[in-house]
Amino acid sequence: MKPKYLPLTATLVIFLLGYALCVAQYPNMLSTRVIGNLLTDNAFLGIAAVGMTFVIFSGGIDLSIGSVIAFTGVFLAVVLEHTSIHPLIAFAMVLAIATLFGAAMGAIIHYLEMPAFIVTLAGMFLARGMAFVLSIDSIPIKHPFYATLKGLYFKLPGAGRITLIGGLMLLVFAVGILIAHRTRFGTNVYALGGGAATARLMGVPVAATTIRIYALSGLLAGLSGIVFSLYTSAGYSLAAVGVELDAITAVVIGGTLLTGGSGFVAGTLVGILIQGLIQTYITFDGSLSSWWTKILIGLLLFAFILLQKGIIFVSRHRQQRA
Amino acid sequence: MQTSNDILQAVRIEKTFPGTRALDKVDFHLRRGEVHALLGENGAGKSTLIKCLTGAYRRDGGTILLDDVPVDPRDTFEAQALGIGTVYQEVNLLPNLTVAENLFLGRQPRRFGMVDARAMNRRARDLLADYELDLDVTRDLASYSVAIQQVIAIARAVDLSGKVLILDEPTASLDAHEVAMLFRIVRRLKAKGLGIIFVTHFLEQVYEISDRITVLRNGQLVGTRETSSLDRRELIAMMIGRELAAEIHAPRAEVQEGPLRYRFRNYGRKGRVRPFDLDVRAGEVVGMAGLLGSGRTETAELLFGAHRADSGEAEIDGRAVDLASPRAAIRHRFGFCPEDRKTSGIIGDLSVRENIVLALQARRGWTRPISRAEQNRLADHYIRALDIRTADREKPIKLLSGGNQQKAILARWLATEPEFLILDEPTRGIDVGAHAEIVKLIEALREKGLSLIVVSSEIEELVAYSTRVIVLRDRAHVAELDGNRITADQIVEAIAATDERRTS
Repeated sequence: MKPKYLPLTATLVIFLLGYALCVAQYPNMLSTRVIGNLLTDNAFLGIAAVGMTFVIFSGGIDLSIGSVIAFTGVFLAVVLEHTSIHPLIAFAMVLAIATLFGAAMGAIIHYLEMPAFIVTLAGMFLARGMAFVLSIDSIPIKHPFYATLKGLYFKLPGAGRITLIGGLMLLVFAVGILIAHRTRFGTNVYALGGGAATARLMGVPVAATTIRIYALSGLLAGLSGIVFSLYTSAGYSLAAVGVELDAITAVVIGGTLLTGGSGFVAGTLVGILIQGLIQTYITFDGSLSSWWTKILIGLLLFAFILLQKGIIFVSRHRQQRA
Repeated sequence: MQTSNDILQAVRIEKTFPGTRALDKVDFHLRRGEVHALLGENGAGKSTLIKCLTGAYRRDGGTILLDDVPVDPRDTFEAQALGIGTVYQEVNLLPNLTVAENLFLGRQPRRFGMVDARAMNRRARDLLADYELDLDVTRDLASYSVAIQQVIAIARAVDLSGKVLILDEPTASLDAHEVAMLFRIVRRLKAKGLGIIFVTHFLEQVYEISDRITVLRNGQLVGTRETSSLDRRELIAMMIGRELAAEIHAPRAEVQEGPLRYRFRNYGRKGRVRPFDLDVRAGEVVGMAGLLGSGRTETAELLFGAHRADSGEAEIDGRAVDLASPRAAIRHRFGFCPEDRKTSGIIGDLSVRENIVLALQARRGWTRPISRAEQNRLADHYIRALDIRTADREKPIKLLSGGNQQKAILARWLATEPEFLILDEPTRGIDVGAHAEIVKLIEALREKGLSLIVVSSEIEELVAYSTRVIVLRDRAHVAELDGNRITADQIVEAIAATDERRTS
């Protein structure tokens, strides 16, 4: 096996082992209902994490995701409450705003040669602040179209259902995988992560690629915000605090190198599912504090960073002998 | 010559940087199907000319004709599209992408808007078959050796451009076997009619592969000659513009030997160098000759206390001393310029001034800082005395050429006013002109009464400045030559000899 598949395989093995352990203790967890809920409950995080995966592939980071999700929710709630605009049009508007917001951050990162960390940190405060400007209260969304969308689902054998948002997440992952591995843009993203200066010398359009990466992350954060507002039926400017960190965690547990240039979109899905699985287990147990989720995730994160270091060490060693 | 036989013609190229004229009306003609070596000292303008050709720099004047059509590439990408491809010393490919992706980055074959990986891999294999490479093109580039990556870079450049190939020091990190492989490929490309520009420091390689040679010096064209009609001596004369050869072979001036100052008896360390006896007088240069790994550097490090001797004793002026650490050695006015100046010599981001005062400050201790005025005076003094070419003393040292960095390190030790100076390969990796200056400097220091130990692989150079030469083999001092016995032949014979004849 090529060493680059090792982290992905490790993630998958950990998920399957973990799931098997859960099922051994609570046989009820082996049901389509649990799987369906796993997808639905983590849909917004998963969609945002796909964008984060591309950003991290390129060697960057996007800290604005959680704030953009909150802004999107508040924007939708305010627009739907105060105007008669149809939700679909509101969706299109907010997606456009989020995409432009991401593109602007990408442009600043590239043209002003600023670290992505600082630029998206500023974006994080800006988006959160804009959400507060729109409203400081939690606004419920009661539009009938929302009820229609929430009622859409695909029935699985057993009692499970794949909801609209759960299905949307899977679709986003499928498209993400195609973009990452089967388009020139995808290869360019990896190229940037491998070395921006070299990529430029090899003719990669660095400016366009950087802007598109952050635009994609913004678009998916916006989509994630829409999904989040469907999930919670409300818009609240304090929502989704720290979601960007959960997304980064999912990406790293999914086997992507934080320094960029290596990893798989599919790994991020497994990373999301592992986080969801731990939460589900704690729910099933009922007596454990939900902080155990954080503790386990923290340990997993450490384990994966060590694993990646180990792989880099081993492959270097192998190259030297070759 | 200016007919269509030339694939690339650069006429009266000019390029000026603030303060320097990097290229002064340089002409350069490249024929179809030739390997054309571009030579010159560091700072002669080779890389500036290359960068003007590849669009990395915009030229300030002159014309470039490619296939008799004027071209003006604005960046490397455009130059590539026009037909000028470049391969650099450091492989400019992406280690995290597959071989095939590296070859076809930006022009991957597509089906229905998606990259057709199968077609891409097939074409990559076909392309590399022309270069005698049969690789798994779906593996990451990083899993292959630098030599293979270099060939992949050439394959990409030729496939993209196909008229002119510029090889900028491609052999610097390859071993002899890999260089041979590279040269086979270069000859093939030449036979296909490509014009190949070859930039290198290795003169043997120039004679092995090139058809013609163009030499630049100080931003000006010295001349273009057929390789077959230009002998090495003449070539070096063209490159440095002075008769370095004469300088090096000048008859040794009668050396007035000073008093015996340093005595090492039975000095050695297990596993590094066998115990040796060594006497060094004031005003003496003791050369250390031997092959790589013969114990030269180990001797130098032992004398400086970088490694502690486990046998024998050292005496200075008849008094026993303990050279247990570099700090102790420095206290006894020892100085040491190590072999690898990039990793253990210069501190790249610090200025020339800071690099020069470093050792002196270290000896005085941090509680007695050298005043800024004193630092400036020292730096200016040595910049002038050693002719260190830098715009000013505050320039980060990494921006200086190799020879000037070496001089700055020498200045660092000279500032401590050493009486015993150990130089390990002081002329490695610096250009021919700076080389001659360092040799002159060593002689000047000896005349001032310093005792010097110089380790060098360049036997001719040792012959030029040594008053005595110690020959090492298998981590032992095996011979000592002095007076008229110091000739290149004698040294080579001593290195090669199998019997042990110690004359000390």
